[in-house]
Amino acid sequence: MFRFLLKRFGYIIVSLFFIVTITFFMMQAAPGGPFASERKLPPKIEEQMNEAYGLNDPFYVQYFDYLVGIAKWDFGPSFAYKGQSVNDIISRSFPYSLIMGLEAIFLALSIGILLGVIAALYHNKFGDYFAMIFAVLGISVPSFILATILQYVFALKLQVLPIAKFDSFAHTILPSIALATTPLAFIARLMRSSMLDVLNSDYIKTAKAKGLSGRVTIYRHGIRNAILPVVSYLGPLVVAILTGSFIIEKIFSIPGLGNEFVESVTNRDYTVIMGTTVFFSILLLVSILIVDIIYGMIDPRIKITGKQEGDV
Amino acid sequence: MSQTSLNQSDFEPIEIKSSEAEKIAGESTSYWKDAWRRFRKNKLAMASIVVIIFLAIMAALGTVLSGQNYYDNDLINANKPMSGEHWFGTDNLGRDLFTRTWYGARISLFIGLAAAFIDLVVGVIWGSISGYIGGKVDEYMMRIADILTGLPYLLVVVLLTVILPKGLFSIILAMTITGWINMARIVRGEVFRLKTQEYVLAAKSLGSNTLRIMWKHLIPNMLGPIIVTLTLTVPTAIFTEAFLSFLGLGVPQPQASWGTMTSDALDSLRYYPYQLFFPAFFICLTMLAFNVIGDGLRDALDPKDRR
Amino acid sequence: MKKKVLEVNNLSVSFHTYGGEVQAVRDVNFDVHEGETLAIVGESGSGKSVTVQSIMRLIAMPPGELKSGEVKLDGEELTAKSDKQMEAIRGKEMGMIFQDPMTSLNPTMRIGKQITEGLIKHQNMSKDEAKKRGIDLLKLVGIPNPERRIKQFPHEFSGGMRQRAMIAIALSCNPRVLIADEPTTALDVTIQAQILDLLKNLQEETNTAVVLITHDLGVVANSASRVAVMYGGKIVETGTVDEIFYKAKHPYTWGLLGSMPKLHEENETLQSIPGTPPDLKDPPKGCPFTARCPFAMKVCEGNMPDYTEITDTHKAACWLQDERAPKVDPPENVLAGGTE
Repeated sequence: MFRFLLKRFGYIIVSLFFIVTITFFMMQAAPGGPFASERKLPPKIEEQMNEAYGLNDPFYVQYFDYLVGIAKWDFGPSFAYKGQSVNDIISRSFPYSLIMGLEAIFLALSIGILLGVIAALYHNKFGDYFAMIFAVLGISVPSFILATILQYVFALKLQVLPIAKFDSFAHTILPSIALATTPLAFIARLMRSSMLDVLNSDYIKTAKAKGLSGRVTIYRHGIRNAILPVVSYLGPLVVAILTGSFIIEKIFSIPGLGNEFVESVTNRDYTVIMGTTVFFSILLLVSILIVDIIYGMIDPRIKITGKQEGDV
Repeated sequence: MSQTSLNQSDFEPIEIKSSEAEKIAGESTSYWKDAWRRFRKNKLAMASIVVIIFLAIMAALGTVLSGQNYYDNDLINANKPMSGEHWFGTDNLGRDLFTRTWYGARISLFIGLAAAFIDLVVGVIWGSISGYIGGKVDEYMMRIADILTGLPYLLVVVLLTVILPKGLFSIILAMTITGWINMARIVRGEVFRLKTQEYVLAAKSLGSNTLRIMWKHLIPNMLGPIIVTLTLTVPTAIFTEAFLSFLGLGVPQPQASWGTMTSDALDSLRYYPYQLFFPAFFICLTMLAFNVIGDGLRDALDPKDRR
Repeated sequence: MKKKVLEVNNLSVSFHTYGGEVQAVRDVNFDVHEGETLAIVGESGSGKSVTVQSIMRLIAMPPGELKSGEVKLDGEELTAKSDKQMEAIRGKEMGMIFQDPMTSLNPTMRIGKQITEGLIKHQNMSKDEAKKRGIDLLKLVGIPNPERRIKQFPHEFSGGMRQRAMIAIALSCNPRVLIADEPTTALDVTIQAQILDLLKNLQEETNTAVVLITHDLGVVANSASRVAVMYGGKIVETGTVDEIFYKAKHPYTWGLLGSMPKLHEENETLQSIPGTPPDLKDPPKGCPFTARCPFAMKVCEGNMPDYTEITDTHKAACWLQDERAPKVDPPENVLAGGTE
């Protein structure tokens, strides 16, 4: 276990290094300096600011400084928000995104798995058709359209839920649903097909031949095996929630990290773009590690050791 | 079956026709014929094909039908609801929404198809080289793919639109720069699976060259998964374009895509919800149709998975 | 005569598929007595597995359908029982072993739990009692170190070990009938004999009735007392092992025997039966073997022969047994003792 973690952390560091490097050079290649889009600053002030932010250094010095900064968990100052560091922005906005993201993940997993199981158990019957029509709609309706519809119906017309901002649990309901729907639909389809595979497997026949009841067979022998592909999907799920937050937070005016990222892109606030990108990557890499650990706990065939081939 | 009704002549031996005995029981049909038969039975998928054809025709002719253009501002007639003159109403600048919707269809469908096509070409080439040569080459090629997908797809696309000049082709470039990897992985997997199969080994031992083996044996047998992936890439690309437009990173004004139109309509949603309806509806309809066709193709082409 | 444990009368099972109704099992009759092994032999697609799985009611319905027939266990009719009642019988009165031990154990559950869950359900044992019995069972089926093994997962077992564990599961509640569906097909030849010996020894100890499905006549010779030969969803010949091996009457049985390698005969070329089994979507009206039968007669095409009783135990469904039919001798060297 220890060797496994050590190896995986090494892998995370290497990946991060690549990601930081790629984003750094991408931002270097971006047109215009960080202050180009601002109102014309007096040349002297611009010069001073460039000096202060280290932008006059050769780019390799800047790159090196940035790497050292990241290693010390310092993402540098923001150019658009005067006097604020990227760290400030992340720690201010991330909690909102985290709460909403966790709610959405919970929704997507619980309802997605439920729908998938129902569809498989009622294969080619009404329950199956219903769940699968729901799923294909969920995949085909983009989250931002769903968010807009939800906002229009529940906040504007029915006025049962708040339209925007993030002050109470009620505020989180609509954005979480909008964020969860597409991955939920994916999970439902994934769960259905893997459940169907499992239900046709020999060990389910063995379980039935033992005289176990249908319900016990499904719970004890079916779901645990069928859920494995869903566990593998947790990584992509985190990605979907994360990128979905860019747009959902914008629609619902939630001051989360996704919204900050979008703002920084529009403002060309390069340090914030880089900082959030690196932060997102860390988040993602760590969640994939957690997913692999969970997978190893559910599937005894996967050993969590440093020796195992193919666990990278 | 009463025994008595039989007479002695019934007990004369008959020849067994060996051809008949060797006849394979049941009707045998070719893979593609069989797949088409299954696909045709899928009414939803057939309807989806009709929908796509309809959308394509409207994208081509819609702008002509209305007799208007997509960019003329007419502030006096701004935010007009649906009428005989403006079939889908007008937007906040008085532009005809019917014309803009079908102009947007052109952009959205073009982006979807172009991105899917580029993914196809790059993915198939990358994947088959990687899978066919194998070994170290495969390892490096797949490592590169891994690094490119280390970042979430949409995040990369957004970052790229930051550094690329605004415009249609930048969007397509941003979308395809990592978009082909999925296709490459699938093709590689298929090549790996197929190249160890007996008939490919047989062709090899008979002295067929690599290109011929690829063309005659590998490509036809991987066509199924490739077509399915291709079909499912189109809705992803249409979604990504809309997503970008929604963030203000889409095609520049006065050009329109369904994504930019949805985004524009959002500001006036409270008062003019109809402005949102048409672009949103057509995005959903297109994605739905492609997804249903993709699913239908997968079911039809993969007989192992007949459900 | 020993007590009749399992009796199957006029069993017909169909599957509803794309292409139409597949009549997988057509009017099958057999019975098994205490301590006896009945082997059901036939090539793939002959309906052997469907027959036994419908006895256990393990066929998914739909697409499967029990068209007719009755299954009696100790004289008690099973087909009329509810699903709930069948649960109490499966695993307790009837155990089953499947073909592929690599896939028939749940990969994410410890062997111990897989053995004990039947015990806990049917014998009302506590977890500890069941575990103790589970260790005994593993010892009984010849797994060394049962205390350690019971905590392991299937992937830590070899193929032969897994099949032993499957046998332990099937026998855990001392069933009246054990159904073994090609229990050795997926195993290495050396392991096959071990598993068959194990089954035989356990049967002698417990007096269980065994239904052994196989396509391998070699397996039959060593372990069965009686044989039923299935073809095209029907039983075409049934008899004791000696009767089938030495005095077979049905040309299909001859074909099967001819395709079996014999050790003590030199220069023997294995014979094959030309052709393929009939399409059970549209089964032939007459004898299903007509199209491949070297002795086919006009009558065979349109009329299904009745069973001719050759002895009390030996029956064959073949028009050659009719007195009007020409006398036909089995091909040379087919019957084990035929041409001494």
